[in-house]
This record gives sequence, structure tokens and C-alpha cells, in this order.
Amino acid sequence: MRGNNLKYGLFLAVLLAAFALMPFVLSRFYLYFLGTILVMGLLATSLNLVLGYGGMYQFHHAVFYGAGAYAFALATTKGNWPFWASMALAPVFSALLGLLMGLITVRLNKLYFGMLQISLGSLVWALVYRWYSFTGGDDGIHGVPLPDWLTTPKATYYFVLVLVTIALFIMFRIVNSPFGKIFQAIRDNPTRSEAIGVNVARHQLVGLIIAAFFAGIAGALFVVIEDTAVPDLMFWNLSMEILIMCLLGGWFSFSGPMLGAAMVMGLRTFAGMFTEYWTLILGLVLMALIFFLPNGIMGLFDSKTGHKPAPDLPGA
Amino acid sequence: MIFAPQVTLTALGQQILVGLSKTTILFIVSSGLSLVLGVLRIPNVAHGALYMIGAFLAFTFTQYMGGSGPAFFAALLLAPAAVALLSLLVERTMLSRLYEREHMMLMLFTFSLALVFGDLVKMVWGSDYRSLSLPEGFQGSFMIGTLPMPRYSMFLLVVGPLVAAGLWYLTNRTKIGKIARAAAVHREMVGAVGINVSWVFAAVFMIGCYLAGLGGALVAPTQNISQGMDHTIIIEAFLIVIAGGLGNIWGALLGALIFGVADSVGVLVWPQFAIVFPYVAVIVILTLRPSGLLKSTW
Repeated sequence: MRGNNLKYGLFLAVLLAAFALMPFVLSRFYLYFLGTILVMGLLATSLNLVLGYGGMYQFHHAVFYGAGAYAFALATTKGNWPFWASMALAPVFSALLGLLMGLITVRLNKLYFGMLQISLGSLVWALVYRWYSFTGGDDGIHGVPLPDWLTTPKATYYFVLVLVTIALFIMFRIVNSPFGKIFQAIRDNPTRSEAIGVNVARHQLVGLIIAAFFAGIAGALFVVIEDTAVPDLMFWNLSMEILIMCLLGGWFSFSGPMLGAAMVMGLRTFAGMFTEYWTLILGLVLMALIFFLPNGIMGLFDSKTGHKPAPDLPGA
Repeated sequence: MIFAPQVTLTALGQQILVGLSKTTILFIVSSGLSLVLGVLRIPNVAHGALYMIGAFLAFTFTQYMGGSGPAFFAALLLAPAAVALLSLLVERTMLSRLYEREHMMLMLFTFSLALVFGDLVKMVWGSDYRSLSLPEGFQGSFMIGTLPMPRYSMFLLVVGPLVAAGLWYLTNRTKIGKIARAAAVHREMVGAVGINVSWVFAAVFMIGCYLAGLGGALVAPTQNISQGMDHTIIIEAFLIVIAGGLGNIWGALLGALIFGVADSVGVLVWPQFAIVFPYVAVIVILTLRPSGLLKSTW
């Protein structure tokens, strides 16, 4: 077990070093591309906290991403807040939104929970979409000012890399903490968990808040990369897309969603160079995957290496 | 934040009547979704894409047959039928093999179908929007008392109850409807008494998707037919189905009524945020009655 941990740690160190060296090998475009993958991966991983580990049907996670992006952009442009204050506001605001939505939704059972998330999320989206005087409506907010040290592509990449790494590390600790274990127990059997004295609703609420918090960080990082916040960031389609990322990578591994994010983003960028019909390809790939590999790519990997038997889907 | 000060009774009445006609389309689309959800237990995200295909097909059929009034009504029959055939193909080749999977998987599978359909529509019809003029005899409006009422809206107000009555007849008075309702409650038992559940599911899925196509064909002359018209309708239809009670056709009717009327009242009261009103209505309903207004089949 100890040797295994050592190997794992070594692997992570090499991986991190490789990512840190990327700015010296990659062109400007690919550096930007890698940054967007990291942000999407962080978002998908945060969704997987509640989806894969909590077994909650979070069908509209993008709303927390968009909320973080808007909180950051609005605090910077309208409030003239200093950079770090806006950066801190984004996850806190998303977490508060998660608390608010969770208070209404967590007591519901699976599908209803997901559907009410969708309707609440759509409400937030509709507000942002129409509130021209404050959020810029469907135009969004462009040209969000960033501090001088964060204007080069290299600096942006390193900033994103450091924050994503820290966030992933904290999420990994949470998943393996006592809270994380209880959370997974709730996923596997909510009735029995309730019977042994676990407050299921409260744990799910806390899980949702944590997931929203990290989605908020991802949202702020999106603004750092793109300088803009648009309503599409909290549109329902993006929520489906990150669900797909979790599915593609496998929602029973911690690293699966990040891998899935890389696959979807890669497909969009590279297939998008040759054809405008990249979503057709994505759809076909996904259909094939659901037919033949219901546990995702990492699920296949795990079963090949005899790692751990990939359990069935969340709350099957 | 301008509250319309001139909210007169006439304007309110007209707004509600127009809202009701929009409700017709919402009802037709969401009743199909509800049927599929209730019997097959599939949250069919591709329902919106089928609605869009229905609208584009209605456009093409009408053009092909000369674009006259009768051509539109022929298209109104043909387009949903074509959508139903397409859905039968999808159900037999793919969905029928996935019924044992759980909701999330089925939902993502239908989402990937929606992605594929969306791009196929782009391939066939291009990215430009199309518009279809109202059929002859249905342009303009006539007066009910002092209310000017668009003719096509009145037509929709007639079609809606017809579809509702047809669905009621189908589910309550026909054999397949009875089997479908039984299968919604206890699938294994229906199979155990010797009924081929698989084909019942295929038929129900086809009818549900036919309704999506019908909704698309009906909406075609009233708005631009464009890429992305599937995104809004599918959210609205899901919310209506959930608010009304999963799988309950009358719930879909009630949900659509509330949704449509909330929307049109919103337009009157606070135009900028009209889009918000129906969502708020649904949230209020679900907060008070988490499993929807009427009894769900789940």
C-alpha cells in the first residue's frame, strides 16, 4: 500500500512538472488551449463531487460556473474591487447560490432534484440574460481588466495551473475525508445511511455547496483566460456537456472528469478544424460509449488493470 | 424596470388568449414528452430536436407542394408522420437495447441523439433560418367583441383540445393505451401475461415523438424556424412535465396552461423580465408540491 502511494506521488510529481514545463514547448495557441482544458476539467471534477461521489443528479451545474464568472467580472468592472477580492468573491458567491438552491432542492428525490436544479438554474440564466443594465444581458461583459502581471499568456497559464492544482488537491482530500466517505455511503444506500444516523439532506446540501464553490473558481478562471463573461456560461447545454465529460472519463474515478474534459475540448478543437459538424462526431462517440463502455474510459482502464471493480452507475 | 401602467382589461384578455394559443403548442410537445417519460421512463432530451425537425420538415413539405394553404395542411399531416418514422427507427435500432440502463444514461444517450440530430438539421437545411407564412384564410384576425384575435391562434386553440381528447381516447379507451398504462406501473407483470412489451414501448415512443413533430409543424408559421429552437422548447417542456406530474397527460395540460399564462402575463406586467415569470411559477409549484400538481405515474 505504501509503495503504491509512493508510485502514485511520483507519477503526480512528474505530471505536474510536465505541465509546468509546457510554456517552454507549446505555442501560444496550445498554451491557451491547455489552460481552457484545465478550467473545464476543474468544472467537471467539481460536478463529479456531487454526481459520482454523491450520486446526486446535478443536471445544471454550469449555473455555478457562470455565477462565479459573473461575480468576478461584475466585482471587477462595476465594483472596482481589487483582483484578489474579486477572485475570492467568485467561489463564495457560487457557494451561496449553491446553498440557496440546495435548500430548495436537496429534500427531493433523484430525478426531481435534477429537474428542479434545471428550473432554478434556468431562472438564474434568464435573469442574467435579460438584466441588461447590470449583467450586460445577452451581450455579456467584455474586456474585464486584469492586473498587469496577469496579461501574458504564460502568466495566465501558470496562474490557472496553480489554482487548478490547489483546487484539485483540496477536492481530493475532501473525497477521502470522513465527510467524503459518508457522502459515498449516502450514494450507495441513502436509506441505510439515514438509518445509522446520517443526516442525508444536510450532507447533500454541504456537498452541493462545496461543488458550487469549486465551480465558482473555475468560472473566475474562465474570465482570467477569456476576459469575458457571457450568459452561455450558465446555459443548460454546457451542463449537459460537462455531464458528458464525466461520463466519457468515467465518474467513478477522481481523474476521470479531467480526462473527459480534455477529450471533449480536444475533439471540439481538432475536429472543428476539419468540419463544422464536430457535435455530430461527439454525439456518435458518446452513443458508442454508452453502448459499449458504460463506465467510461477510466472504468475500462480500471477493469483492465484489475484496480477496483467499477461499481454500477450512481444510484442505479 | 418599467411596469406597464396601461394594463387594460382588453389588453389582458387578448394577451391571455394569445398566451393560451402558445400554450397549445407547449401542451402538445410536453404531453409527448410526458408520455415517453411515464411509460418508457426515458427523459428524452432529443424531443426538442424532433420538434425542430418537425418544423423544418413542415417548411420543406409546404414549399415542395407549392406553398399554398392546402400544402401547409398536407405538411401538417406529413411532417409529424415523418418524425414518428424517424423515432421508430431510433427506438428499434438503439433505445430498445438500453431500457435496462438507469435514467442518467438514458438521458445522456438521448442528449447525444439530440447533438446528432442538431448537426443533421444543419447539414440538410444549413444555418440560415427559414420562415413560413401563415396559410391563406388564417392570416389576419377577427373580432371577438372588442378583442382582435389572430385567426391562426384560434386555430391552435381548436387543435389543442382535439389533441388532448385524442390522447385521452388513446390512453383510456384503446387496448394499446391500457397496456401502456399497465406497463408504466408494472413492466414485468405486463410481459408475464404474454404481451410483447417491447412493441408497446415502440408504439408509445413513436406517438410521443409524433407529438413533438406535430408541435414543431404547428409552430412553424408563427416564428422563425432556426437552429437552436430545440434548446428552449426542451427546457420548457421538461419543466411543464415536472410541474404537472411526471407521466400525467392532464398534468402536462395544466403545467402548459400555467407556463403559457405566466409568460403572457409577464409580457404585460414586466416585459424585460417576462422570460422569468414561467420559471418562477414552476419553482413555486415544485416548492409547494415537490412531485408536481397531479398524480405522477412514477
